Amino acid sequence: MKTTLSSSLPVPAGAVTARPSRLRHWRAALLLAPLFVMLLLFCLAPMGWVVAHSIQGDEGLTLEHFREVLGSPFYLQAFDNSLRISLYSSVVGLLITLVGAASLRRVENRLKNLVVAFINMTSNLSGVPLAFAFIIIVGTNGALTLLFRQWGWLDDFHLYSRSGLILLYTYFQLPLGLLLLYPALDALDDHWQEAAALLGANHWAYWRHVGLPVLAPALLGTFILLLANAIGAYATAFALTSGNFNLVTVRIASLVSGNVYLEPNLAAALSVLLVALLALVAVVNQWLLKRSYHAR
Amino acid sequence: MRADRYHHLVVTLLILLLALPIVATLLYSLTQRWEASILPEGFTLAWYWQLWQDARFLTAFGHSLLVCVGTLLLSTVIIIPAAFVVFYRFPWLDRWMNIIILLPFAMPPVVASVGLLQVFAGGPLPLVGTPWILVGCYFTIALPFMYRALANSLLALNVRDLMDAAYLLGASTPRAFLSVILPNLRKGLMASLFLSFSFLLGEFVFANLLVGSRYETLQVYLYNMHNASGHFTSAVVMSYFLFTLVLTWFATRLGRQD
Repeated sequence: MKTTLSSSLPVPAGAVTARPSRLRHWRAALLLAPLFVMLLLFCLAPMGWVVAHSIQGDEGLTLEHFREVLGSPFYLQAFDNSLRISLYSSVVGLLITLVGAASLRRVENRLKNLVVAFINMTSNLSGVPLAFAFIIIVGTNGALTLLFRQWGWLDDFHLYSRSGLILLYTYFQLPLGLLLLYPALDALDDHWQEAAALLGANHWAYWRHVGLPVLAPALLGTFILLLANAIGAYATAFALTSGNFNLVTVRIASLVSGNVYLEPNLAAALSVLLVALLALVAVVNQWLLKRSYHAR
Repeated sequence: MRADRYHHLVVTLLILLLALPIVATLLYSLTQRWEASILPEGFTLAWYWQLWQDARFLTAFGHSLLVCVGTLLLSTVIIIPAAFVVFYRFPWLDRWMNIIILLPFAMPPVVASVGLLQVFAGGPLPLVGTPWILVGCYFTIALPFMYRALANSLLALNVRDLMDAAYLLGASTPRAFLSVILPNLRKGLMASLFLSFSFLLGEFVFANLLVGSRYETLQVYLYNMHNASGHFTSAVVMSYFLFTLVLTWFATRLGRQD
């Protein structure tokens, strides 16, 4: 294959006389080797281990681990929690993002650039630091918690619960959503709104029949990325609850690094299910994209 | 006019929403107490003073810097020649590279850790618990950013013409690469390096699961401090945040210059 390749590419005259071109390409390919070795070691090998061991039993191949996961209320609850928190935070995040990005396009350029830079900056606040920041504000003894409780606003909000995690997840979805969606809004032609208005459409009718259908692929794409980002997230929830909240990622981590007992094969099965879930999300996204406005 | 005011209001609310945790953390780190009042009381720099004298913090920060700089050096040495070879000798490979470099993103870090913990537990490469495994993992994180940035620079360069010109002037391939191609990649490379640096500095999952306290990095240190005073941890968060801010500022400045 390399011979056909080298003959099809123009090789500088001086180079050909210096050395045979086949050898040169072989040497060139050698420069790619370290990159592939690193990927093999730190990406493909662990990937292969996870897949292989998810079906590895004491004696030969087995689906026992998957049966154990799917038959356990505890693990099913983890999936339920992960999905719910990811779904709610992605929907809320997307709504805020859409309204915010639509307005961001309408303000003067200087302010716009400043805000985009600021959003970039806030995207650095994630994981452990984000959890700590929220503990300070709305944790059990957080400044806002105490204040609101004094005013009688806050009854049963707990940061270390599902609603607390949704709040946190929504926050780290915002910068990502804004940075993804904001450029996509340029697909909207400003004249369409005027045209729609001339035809008698009010603000809502314009968004309902023109704006949202045109943006559907971008909105879907952003939503899927937010969802995948949230499902795979671990650091924030772990730092907030020290691993005491039942999420799939928290379960996986505790099965391979917990203090009590380790079950790497079970962790592998959970991992495969988690990645399958992410793949399913991607497939559904592709299917919906094909049915959206632009495809027709 | 009404619409204009609405848009400004929305953008303002958005900024306030995003700024709230950062401003609160900053205020918290600079004060002595904050209990049931709108604003905290007792301005002080004591927490920062205490933090920057804490040997454990300085060690963790040093560990983080070492791992990040080490990773980026290794990435630079590996990815630059690879990207150059792809564009100069195997242009058809670029399409595939764009898929290959995203492979690490198919697995959340927690999932990758499950495999990594076993693959590198013993055998020929017992890397678990050492900073070396982090260098390997961080390489896969930095790869897509660095490869794309270099590919964009190379795409704009017209590598073949430049190399041909260098050959005509009598340069060997390594010489032509070093003195013609490499200087032209500097801007894209630097911007992607600063960007990757800020990502890697914020990495927690690999650092905690694969190495933990055996080689404590900044994020792991921050997590291990979760029982310390909130004012103190706020000072840690703000120190880290300001540091990445400077890094991203450099990244955007370098990115904008071309």
